[in-house]
Amino acid sequence: MMPILYAGIVLAVIGLIFGLILTFASKVFHVDVDERVTQVRECCAGANCGACGYPGCDGFAAAVVEGKAPVNGCKPAGAEGARKIAAIMGAEAGAEEERQVARVLCQGVKGVAKERYTYDGYKSCAVAATVAGGPKDCRFACIGMGDCMDHCAFGAITMKDGIACIDDTKCTACGACVNACPRNVIRLMPASQNVMVRCRNSDVARVARSVCMDACIGCGRCKKECQYDAITVENGYARIDPAKCTRCGACAAVCPCKCITTD
Amino acid sequence: MNVILFMISCILTNNFIFNKFLGCCPFLGVSSKVETATSMGIAVTFVMTIASLFAWMVNTWVLVPLQLEYMQTIAFILIIAGLVQFVEMFLKKSMPALYSALGIYLPLITTNCAVLGVATLNVKEGYNLLFSVLNGTFSALGFLLAIVLMAGVRERLESSKIPECMKGFPISLVTAGLMAIAFMGFNGLV
Repeated sequence: MMPILYAGIVLAVIGLIFGLILTFASKVFHVDVDERVTQVRECCAGANCGACGYPGCDGFAAAVVEGKAPVNGCKPAGAEGARKIAAIMGAEAGAEEERQVARVLCQGVKGVAKERYTYDGYKSCAVAATVAGGPKDCRFACIGMGDCMDHCAFGAITMKDGIACIDDTKCTACGACVNACPRNVIRLMPASQNVMVRCRNSDVARVARSVCMDACIGCGRCKKECQYDAITVENGYARIDPAKCTRCGACAAVCPCKCITTD
Repeated sequence: MNVILFMISCILTNNFIFNKFLGCCPFLGVSSKVETATSMGIAVTFVMTIASLFAWMVNTWVLVPLQLEYMQTIAFILIIAGLVQFVEMFLKKSMPALYSALGIYLPLITTNCAVLGVATLNVKEGYNLLFSVLNGTFSALGFLLAIVLMAGVRERLESSKIPECMKGFPISLVTAGLMAIAFMGFNGLV
């Protein structure tokens, strides 16, 4: 019994001594931190996502107080956070930018996009993409192994029927998924932009159609239909300029491949 | 003479990374730039020297007299964690420049196996106080040498043509292996 007691006591004493030294040291070596740093830190989203370009929220807060980072640098905190930080710093938040969200530009769900083989390996898009060009025939398609989901610090991404689904209300446009996706399927766009071409297949129409039922074949009917000159067809697929688009949805109505969606 | 030979053997023949395979995590994790690798190496040198000094004192004057040698691991971890905290506070106050240069690496070292490794190895080899501290310092300098060399190689690798399948970690591991073989050449030097 005694040896166990001794062991416990010795450890407790060592711990206590170190505790006392550290307490003492924290008083002696106390460094005054600008209190604005702590305040700014509290206004950040706190996910340490790194979208601001600084190592974590602490780094961002320090940079804001030093005047190196803009007050609206924390994208996940949004306009609300920017306003609070601006109030602390006594600066203007600047023109309010429209909230951005990440969108998945692919509709290649199971049964729509042709599968090349059944992938049964390590569950990662980056890995699957290297095995014979990926498990789907379309080389632009969402692979659906959830690399973006793993990188999302806000739980906004779920996998449905083999493609990623992003919840607009939870997305903070930090861009972590955009960087994680090996296929560049995810793009940031204004939250109000509900009309979008959900395909990036730049193959010729015949090939694009043969790998996916919902592929954009670059026919240009949407471009003709658009009265606002917002649509261009380049590299075999259509894209919409969010600055010119009025969200009228006329293009979606005429798209023969149903790859322009309005929801 | 004995001391000089001991120092050389700590750096080259008994290199912590290439011979004892301790501290491989920061060796691969923080070796992408020479600058950060140097910071990490200096931080490790700093902590390993102090840690081997204090670990020796606690072991010889507290644990051995009370026959509590089996408590070494937990006691050493306690010492290292406390020391790193203390050093961090001290640096923040008195040497802010060095503190910001070491940055995140200082707290990371708390859980570095090389630091715990040097403390336990000192006990296992039965070194006295002088040799324990020397072992701490010069093993850490060996670590510094290895990580800076590795960072240099990796910086060169950035701009060289590497087959797709070998890019990134695979080529780093191959490099580390080749360097370990090269360091084996020092065997028999001392």
